[in-house]
Amino acid sequence: MTDKSMTKVDTSRRNILKGGAAAAVITLAPGVTLRTVEAAVTGPATNAKRWGMLIDANAPSDVWDIAVEACKAEQGWGKDEAHANPATDPQWIRKVNIKDPKTGAKASLPVMCQHCANPPCVDVCPTGASMKRADGIVLVDKHICIGCRYCMMACPYSCRSFVHEDVHGQRPHMPRGKGTVEACTLCVHRVDKGQQPACVEAISKMGSDAMIFGDLNDPKSEIAQAVSKYVTQRIRSDLGVEPGIHYRGI
Amino acid sequence: MAADTTVYKEIDGKGGDYFSLVGWLGLMIAAGLASVYYMEHHGHVVTGMTNAVVWGTPHVFAVFLIVAASGALNIASISSVFGKYHYKPLARLSAVTAIALLAGGLMVLVLDLGRPDRLIVAMTKYNFKSIFAWNIYLYTGFFVIVVAYLWMMMERRMVPHSKKAGLLAFVWRLALTTGTGSIFGFLVARPGYDAAIMAPMFIAMSFSFGLAFFIILVSVTYRASGRPLGDLILFKMRNLLGIFIAAALYFTVAQHLTNLYAAEHTGIEAFILMDGGIYTFLFWVVQIGLGSLFPLALLFNPATGRRCQGIIVASLLVIIGGLAQMYVIIIGGQAFPMPMFPGMEVSSSFFDGVVHSYAPSLPEVVLGLSGVATTLLIIAVAIKYLPLLPTSLSDAKVDPHHAPKD
Amino acid sequence: MRSTSRILSLTILGFAILAFTIGSSIFAAPAKAGEVPVPSPAKAFKGEQCLEPTDVMRRNHMDFLQHQRDETLREGIRGQKYSLNSCIDCHAVTSPDVAGGQVRTLKPFCAQCHAYAAVSIDCFQCHNGAYQPGIGDQSALPADHQTKAMIATLEKQLAKGADK
Repeated sequence: MTDKSMTKVDTSRRNILKGGAAAAVITLAPGVTLRTVEAAVTGPATNAKRWGMLIDANAPSDVWDIAVEACKAEQGWGKDEAHANPATDPQWIRKVNIKDPKTGAKASLPVMCQHCANPPCVDVCPTGASMKRADGIVLVDKHICIGCRYCMMACPYSCRSFVHEDVHGQRPHMPRGKGTVEACTLCVHRVDKGQQPACVEAISKMGSDAMIFGDLNDPKSEIAQAVSKYVTQRIRSDLGVEPGIHYRGI
Repeated sequence: MAADTTVYKEIDGKGGDYFSLVGWLGLMIAAGLASVYYMEHHGHVVTGMTNAVVWGTPHVFAVFLIVAASGALNIASISSVFGKYHYKPLARLSAVTAIALLAGGLMVLVLDLGRPDRLIVAMTKYNFKSIFAWNIYLYTGFFVIVVAYLWMMMERRMVPHSKKAGLLAFVWRLALTTGTGSIFGFLVARPGYDAAIMAPMFIAMSFSFGLAFFIILVSVTYRASGRPLGDLILFKMRNLLGIFIAAALYFTVAQHLTNLYAAEHTGIEAFILMDGGIYTFLFWVVQIGLGSLFPLALLFNPATGRRCQGIIVASLLVIIGGLAQMYVIIIGGQAFPMPMFPGMEVSSSFFDGVVHSYAPSLPEVVLGLSGVATTLLIIAVAIKYLPLLPTSLSDAKVDPHHAPKD
Repeated sequence: MRSTSRILSLTILGFAILAFTIGSSIFAAPAKAGEVPVPSPAKAFKGEQCLEPTDVMRRNHMDFLQHQRDETLREGIRGQKYSLNSCIDCHAVTSPDVAGGQVRTLKPFCAQCHAYAAVSIDCFQCHNGAYQPGIGDQSALPADHQTKAMIATLEKQLAKGADK
């Protein structure tokens, strides 16, 4: 006997399967489920989200060393470079020390790709390899990067690196190659899985909230609330590039 | 206007001098290709370029050659567009020189890319917000238009149309040089660039460098091939060169005076004009002194300006000064630290807050010089196989109606 | 006339060249075994069947990869079928030529046909062709592709069930 509600449920189950996006759990009958190990197809990224970070420059400066090391471990740079030359080695994130020459006051903060809303690097790239995803993450499409380095000339934060020599031991989520340009990806491979960038996670594991990551467009997110509570600064904000990385204490 | 009675003839090109010239140029080009292979195989770590100074000596040469290319077309443009018929006999050589200079410059630029194997990507995928993408069209379009222009000048039935082609070529080269200057002028990030004056300054520079190169080329070629070169045309070009040097100097002065006025730019101005070490030396001594003021003195002092050697020396100095100017603009502009926190002392592991050091490396210099060699080789082959050079540029031939005067 | 005979001789020469190039491929003898080693790509480390039938994969793998890479990178669509990491998960094997047999890489698999066909690939300048633990999690498909067959059977069962 055909139960109308049962047919509806069956049809919708069939559509889930046919659609190609396999659900994590399939309900066969009330209480009986089949768990598959297939992951859902996620995306595409949309401008509903705007990923950003809030960095507290008042944190002690050795916190930033941990952030740099976490990035190196996650993304596979900073080791194995044959020539170990600081001028040509990549630096996706760096600790910048500031000192007021008149008063002697000091601060330090991490600087990485600022994931601008109007990125000059994207404007100048001749092939469109330097691109901004809809959710605000700025990336280099290394499949079409010709290595002209114009984006490096254009970046107001000197945050991009050119790969000056052969690379080995790339992480599976982070292909890197000689002759192309690279920069902080805001750990897009982690963000798309619902995780936080490696630097943010390493610091929160220490119990510090010196780096907060989240969706600036979501009024309920920690970062959006912090950014509305405190007036934050962005580096070189007069340029109008609208970075996604906010700072406090500079 | 009287019919053009100039006789154009290929050079003989059979002597030992010619073959040894071609041989040396070929060797230089081969050395350039070898250095490209070396840089590609090992990566740019073998060059002096770093993450802080990303454009180095190859770009200095490439931009110089590209800028000179549009200026070298001037002689042809003046004759076609502005109707100064004295320059007509040199119009064909002017067009070929423009093509050769651009080819040499582009060769250096493309071979320095991190991934030159992806040139086909650069020619098929475009981001039209990028001035680089526009430049690709401007450069290739320049080749097509100038070749067409040259053909119209050489093909008798097309000569009446050559004026239109000349006008198109003139407008196009202004767009091209504007595009080249805008590569730097559009960069908001760096205080050494970010200026609308870059585009007209590059146009003035192109006039000066292109003509200096052309004068040397004409003088040397006519002497080597034994053809007469009269004072009339030489002095006309000399006067033009003086005006162009002054124009380029004017724009440089305007740029720096404006920057000096603004408190925001005192850092970069102090760097270039006073504290920059090699960049300050290159600016004052080579660009301004040797490259602008001294040539002006040479050209307009009757003792030196009326002699072929004086004019050639002045032109050479203009070229050297031009290379220095490119070095100061391109490399000096990158050496100055990025002002992320104005007024603060900044330090980091990535050379924030300090002047970025750069030293030209051998592969880079060889690559740059091979671009110049490519230019010269194209011209050398062209004048041997095409009727480009008038048989005589004596005063009587250049202007039968004009009494010899300086 | 001199120009006529020149045109004629050049035309004949042109046809001769054309005939030679076309004819040599039509009438060529098949490549003798032993002259050029026929490629033998290494058997996959695991799995009985690839994402698509072998002949489909052979002809289209480059299009699958290139299309999906843009969707993943530029649009942020993750978890689709044809990811390079899923290739590595199954097809990376050891070989005595590579790191003395200590490392599983794609080289014994991809390089065989690509060397034979003289098609150089750009992928491994940037992508690491070696197997790294957990690489399977990067891709959509589970370790054994039998799940696909299982789901297809389930689909049929569900359809039958709904029609009861």
